Amino acid sequence: MITVKNLKKTFGELEVLCGIDEHIEKGEVVVVIGPSGSGKSTFLRCLNLLETPTEGEIFIDGEKINDPKVDVNLIRQKMGMVFQHFNLFPHLTIMNNITLAPVLLKKMTKEQAHDKALELLAKVGLEDKADAYPAQLSGGQKQRVAIARALAMEPEIMLFDEPTSALDPEMVGEVLDVMKNLAESGMTMVVVTHEMGFAREVGTRLLFMDQGVVMESGKPAEIFENPQNERTQKFLSKVLK
Amino acid sequence: MDLMTTFSWFSGFQESFEKTFIREDRYKLFIDGILLTLKVSLLAVCIGIIIGFLIALCNLSKHLPLKLFGKVYTDIIRGTPSVTQLMIIYFVIFASVDIDKWIIASIAFGINSGAYVSEIIRAGILSIDKGQTEAGRSLGLNGRQTMMKIVLPQALKNIFPALCNEFIVLIKETAIVGYVGLMDIQKASDFVKSATFEAAMPLLATAVIYFVIIKILTVCLGLLEKKLRKSDAR
Repeated sequence: MITVKNLKKTFGELEVLCGIDEHIEKGEVVVVIGPSGSGKSTFLRCLNLLETPTEGEIFIDGEKINDPKVDVNLIRQKMGMVFQHFNLFPHLTIMNNITLAPVLLKKMTKEQAHDKALELLAKVGLEDKADAYPAQLSGGQKQRVAIARALAMEPEIMLFDEPTSALDPEMVGEVLDVMKNLAESGMTMVVVTHEMGFAREVGTRLLFMDQGVVMESGKPAEIFENPQNERTQKFLSKVLK
Repeated sequence: MDLMTTFSWFSGFQESFEKTFIREDRYKLFIDGILLTLKVSLLAVCIGIIIGFLIALCNLSKHLPLKLFGKVYTDIIRGTPSVTQLMIIYFVIFASVDIDKWIIASIAFGINSGAYVSEIIRAGILSIDKGQTEAGRSLGLNGRQTMMKIVLPQALKNIFPALCNEFIVLIKETAIVGYVGLMDIQKASDFVKSATFEAAMPLLATAVIYFVIIKILTVCLGLLEKKLRKSDAR
């Protein structure tokens, strides 16, 4: 479903991604871990072209997306993204946060989008918050709304950029639960996270990134039990205390 | 003050009030002046917002000629006195064009205000977190939709007080239209002053009129701002 070939990204002199080759199948839950500055967020952001790759190719369903002729906006409609800092629209109610894109992009009528939003809010356990504003929600609630907002466009792929890193510890669980349910429903997911428990339990595949390359990739359990790469060993020994 | 001086002060006041407003129906000059000031200010504010928005987009654009145009525009307007601009636009640019005088004046004030409004709007747009744009784009909205539906509504809320300030300045700035022969509040009071040799009464009246107009506006805008801040409630 997603194929990445020799992906490179530089910011000025700094080479953040140094050639990544990766293939992600439909239904996979790929968890990307690695130390900060390893390029994992940049990799994720390249997948929906929030960052423009400096070099290399990205294919979604066989279509090369980093091509000037491609309509980026149509590609992005197929991919939902959840951000570390939620990025809900503070001037809109929760309902309007969710229905804005589907209605504006003529994917649904107002009524359809409204019903879909209620359904999604029920799924993330926030059906009573439809008329609230983002400022009235807790961090965990905001992130669950952000997930619902992304799902409202009925994407084929969901990208998560450290979705629990900005949350108070007691709110991490509620967001991970929603993500777990989503994974179980068969959604293709790419998740950048520091939640090793989630990686082990929900991930179908683990990518360990460091210094702009994928150092190791495989089944989460195998990597956690028996990391092959020296850097992976070092990293895991630090985070799995 | 004893009774006598109070009385003579009062009768002096009465006399100059009579000369300034009642004799020869001079109050009509003030009323026409108020109407002109309001008319010119209102149209100028509208023109100023439109120009300001367009220039702000030019200044934020990645397209170099547009960016340069925006910068030169702002530089020239901010670098020259508004009286000079008004007179150039009135006596040079629109010299041989047959449009109502007050409309030409409004255009001049709008062009002037646009430069300041553009900087306010630009600051407002820049004040919105990049994550908002990214969230909009990640949902598949294009740049224009993201700007109109997500960034601008929030920016406008943030810059509302600064915009109000600019409008207040603009209303008072129109007091120079007398330079091109229009009879606004200020000019009306000048006229009365030279006809009656009364200085204090017409000038104080002018100050009070401007103050009341702006006070009413401030109260209305304050109510509007309260409404805009609805989503901030916790």
